[in-house]
Amino acid sequence: MKTSVMLGTLALAGLAGAVQAATLDDVKARGTLNCGVNTGVTGFGAPDANGNWAGFDVDYCRALAAAVLSDPQAVNFVPTTAQTRFTALASGEIDILARNSTWTFSRDTDLKFDFIGVNYYDGQGFLAPRALGVTSAKELDGATVCIQTGTTTELNLADFFRTNNITYEPVPVATDDEAQQQYLAGACDVYTTDASGLAAVRSSFENPDDHVILPEIISKEPLGPLVRHGDNQWEDIGRWTLYALIAAEELGVTSANVTEMAAAPTENPEINRLLGTEGDLGAMTGLDNQWAVRAIQAVGNYGEVFERNIGSETPIGLARGLNALWTQGGLMYAMPFR
Amino acid sequence: MSDTHAQTVAQVRDTMLPPAPPPRRETGAIHWLRENLFSGWLNIVLTILAIWLVWTVLSGFVPWAWRGIWGAGSLTECRQIRDQLYPAGTSVACWSVISERWQQLIFGFYPPGGYWRPPVALAVFLVAVLPILFTDLPRRLLWLTVAAPFLIFFLLWGGTIWGPLTMALGVVLGGVVWLTGRRTGSPLVTLVATILVPLLFWMFLAKPLAAELAQLAPWGLPRVASKDFGGFTLSVVIGLSAICLSLPLGVLLALGRRSDMFFISKIAIAYIELIRGVPLIVWLFTAQLLLNYFLPRGTNFDLMLRVIIMATLFAAAYIAEVVRGGLAALPKGQYEAADALGLDYWQAMRLIVLPQALKISIPGIVNTFIGLFKDTTLVAFIGMYDPIGLATAIRASTDWQGIYWEIYVFIALVFFIFCFAMSRYSIWLERRLERSHR
Amino acid sequence: MSIAENSPPRGFRPGQLLYDSRYRSVTIQAIALALLAALLIYLIRNLVDNLHALGKDINFGFLDNRAGYDINQALIPYSNDMSHGRAALVGMLNTLLVASLGCVAATIFGVLAGVLRLSKNWLVSRIMTVYVEGFRNVPLVLWIILIYALLTEATPQPRDFAGDNPTASMLFGVIAITNRGTYIPAPIWGEGGRLLVLVFVLSLIAIWVWRRVARRRQAATGRTLPVVWVSLAILILPTLITFLALGRPLTFDVPEAARFNFRGGVTVLNSFMALWLALSLYTGAFIAEIVRAGILAISKGQTEAAYALGLRPRRTMSLVILPQAMRVIIPPLISQYLNLTKNSSLAIAVGYMDVRATLGGITINQTGRELEGMLLLAGFYLVVSLVISAAMNLYNRRIAIKER
Repeated sequence: MKTSVMLGTLALAGLAGAVQAATLDDVKARGTLNCGVNTGVTGFGAPDANGNWAGFDVDYCRALAAAVLSDPQAVNFVPTTAQTRFTALASGEIDILARNSTWTFSRDTDLKFDFIGVNYYDGQGFLAPRALGVTSAKELDGATVCIQTGTTTELNLADFFRTNNITYEPVPVATDDEAQQQYLAGACDVYTTDASGLAAVRSSFENPDDHVILPEIISKEPLGPLVRHGDNQWEDIGRWTLYALIAAEELGVTSANVTEMAAAPTENPEINRLLGTEGDLGAMTGLDNQWAVRAIQAVGNYGEVFERNIGSETPIGLARGLNALWTQGGLMYAMPFR
Repeated sequence: MSDTHAQTVAQVRDTMLPPAPPPRRETGAIHWLRENLFSGWLNIVLTILAIWLVWTVLSGFVPWAWRGIWGAGSLTECRQIRDQLYPAGTSVACWSVISERWQQLIFGFYPPGGYWRPPVALAVFLVAVLPILFTDLPRRLLWLTVAAPFLIFFLLWGGTIWGPLTMALGVVLGGVVWLTGRRTGSPLVTLVATILVPLLFWMFLAKPLAAELAQLAPWGLPRVASKDFGGFTLSVVIGLSAICLSLPLGVLLALGRRSDMFFISKIAIAYIELIRGVPLIVWLFTAQLLLNYFLPRGTNFDLMLRVIIMATLFAAAYIAEVVRGGLAALPKGQYEAADALGLDYWQAMRLIVLPQALKISIPGIVNTFIGLFKDTTLVAFIGMYDPIGLATAIRASTDWQGIYWEIYVFIALVFFIFCFAMSRYSIWLERRLERSHR
Repeated sequence: MSIAENSPPRGFRPGQLLYDSRYRSVTIQAIALALLAALLIYLIRNLVDNLHALGKDINFGFLDNRAGYDINQALIPYSNDMSHGRAALVGMLNTLLVASLGCVAATIFGVLAGVLRLSKNWLVSRIMTVYVEGFRNVPLVLWIILIYALLTEATPQPRDFAGDNPTASMLFGVIAITNRGTYIPAPIWGEGGRLLVLVFVLSLIAIWVWRRVARRRQAATGRTLPVVWVSLAILILPTLITFLALGRPLTFDVPEAARFNFRGGVTVLNSFMALWLALSLYTGAFIAEIVRAGILAISKGQTEAAYALGLRPRRTMSLVILPQAMRVIIPPLISQYLNLTKNSSLAIAVGYMDVRATLGGITINQTGRELEGMLLLAGFYLVVSLVISAAMNLYNRRIAIKER
């Protein structure tokens, strides 16, 4: 233990004055991707009994690691709390933060981050017991509301009740599980968080039918990964890896057929450009041309990632809704690979 | 004399009466009850209150815990088994979560093949401490104490054996320089050289040397990353390393605080009061949020190391106060005697004052350790997987979402066993040291 | 070493700085100060560098910005339209509230447990041992979490009080204990309420004066004056008479079950209750040990001597044992108060909105001003701690045994 500290001070002395290199070079030199994730949110990111991480956000990290380092396992998952996530990113402790964070103006500008896209369109909703007899969030005058603290939800909540000129009493809780505990025990009348979270929570109850999700969605919550402001190359790689997954779904490329499709040029030139059998897109970002192939091999396309972690077949059972492809009435729209 | 008595006293008993049993009301269970539980109206009220309290707590807890279900794979399964076994509405514990996940709660994400390593490291530590505490043990054991930090580091983090060995070599080099320098050169040059030589060795030679040796003989254990530490292993590692590392700093601070030198004592006081005046959780957030601001750009070392450093700095202030108490408890004659012998400050401290003062402080140090060990639970709030952080993670998994009491009761129980044992040990140590002190 | 002291001071040589004990302390201090300054400069330069690279600055202007979040317990008027600075102030007051009430309760628990642990009643002393050891040996965070969960699970929901056949009823018809919090009647001051408070405060002062007079009299003449009954009379009678004479200027707003919650009255949140209970039970266990040690530290001869002088047991306790025990008890007691105040930052476990949650939590999170926020937070705790330890030192100096 003594030596570890010595190592630390030595490393410190050795690194003094070193200039921060570009994130991509850092990651390549290190051989692992430091990815900031949740400390545990069902479906989006949690470690299992053996410490293997799985989840919707986790898969994005794996895809990125596969694209950059050719190894989806070369990810160092750094658990962050709502309170510590942004500092971890700002201080360089993590290379990218994929932790259902809402894209807001001030985070993008004042906090000096750049959101690289949206991987889940969410909105804040309310979960209420059926017995309460509430059909609309506007009837909640005087209600006690459980909220997870340190997120945008508490600001949205304050705004919503203000606009509708009704009062409420907040019960701030630290984590999702704590919120459920409180809600189930009746310590709050309603529980509010992102609608995806509500569905997950409701599905885990003993009697899910005793609870209703109120129709109002009181905010826009575009959730997406973010990186530090100023490293455009790294930002591009993150953004286009996400788009590659979405485009793959649009173009019918799956983890099952990607190897075959990438073996030889197909008839669709966009697939060819995406999979590197035509053009030089990978090289333009500083990677090789197989990057998207590796990402899709690792986790599948966006639709597969969705269905595997939070889709209707999982206990969480979310419908695609806004997160369907734009061709199917959703908002998922990858910029053209050209 | 007895003859005269024989004439004046009418009757003298010459046999002893057989001892009669005491009256029934004064013995046995009834007497004990009367004496201990019902000796006055206040006592009767207290007894009744106490019985009521015990009954309330136990009648709620015992059936719940006793009927607990073991061996189910998830909370849903647990609930199904419960509904089969007991009438509806019965509340029973689902201990299955403990039988499923106890290894995780104790070892975190440590690779299962290496579960033997943390306990062995702990055993090495305990053995290494013995010769410091008990001076009647063979002095040769002290070599184990010197080697222990490297051995423990190797056991816990793994990697090739050459890394810790070259580190240890640096210490040996320092020792050699010190010994030769003391015989030949001036004390100042020796001191500087003793500090500089190992440092330079570590900075420039140790790493390539270790790499070379690892090429030649790749002996070692599988490497375990800091992020895989979790559960009670994490708590113990943080607690023990912080206490051990903080001892030298704490002693220096205590001496500084008692020093006659104005600035030295003021610096020590400012440090101690600053650290003790702010809660640990604020310091932990500082380690997590702010430390990187104060280090050169691009510096990055893992969170566990940062937490150990912060906990060390934190514990040092508390250790300093404990040691200061020990220094103050020493009779003034000891200091005066040291001066009278013509010893200089460091000789007096090293040979006379500190050995006695530290001995008095050992129970206080153990208590500080217990406090720090309990406080390691706060690292959960900065995203580390100590037992409480793991409880959150387990409750976030789809299998165990909705479980509550069982995990926390288990964690509380383990903490209780650890801390209670240590506090008993500290009391025993106090008695023993008191005796050997005389 | 101190050879130089024997030789006559013939001018000053640089070597003396190292080998002359008269000058060496100057050297050491100079080196220490230089090292400290170097460290500080190093840290500050890094800080400036890092901030510059991130495009940030140090600016406390964010304290004036609109906070935008709500706080469920505010001792001063607060709404989400007010500034972050105001929110921080609300948090500070919440910290001070739970800390001061915690100190009071911890003292009561501690003294009770400490005395009862010495009781001859086997059952009671055992229970107190279990209490003390149980609380001392389990981390406070766990106690806070467990007590919070217990309060949440074991108490009825507000909707159990409402409806046609409520399953729960209010205590004395005015206090509702629910799993969200305890609702108690709120005082409403009518005409002349201020006068009533004034009379009450005056009678408190009168009690203090009376006790002083009684103590002086006893010290001077040995005769005792009745204290308890007179104090009680002073406490109740004038206030009661004023209350009736002014036509009952004080009424209560009793909480009523409404659609979702209770309306009216004062709410004591469960997060507050859990934190307060856990803090005071935990610290109480430590105080119990201090009290026990304090009582055991007074040698039995003192009691026997007092009895021999003809003092009755109660007076022995109040005039002989307690004053001496207090001297042993008070210093560690105050350091326990310090610990309790610092531990109140564990409010994070139950979402009680203390200063760490408002200033050090939500505000930092929303504004990204972690450096300034943490600085203010640490400064606040430091000031509170220093004030408490200054009070302790003052008291220690007053009661320290005057050595002759």
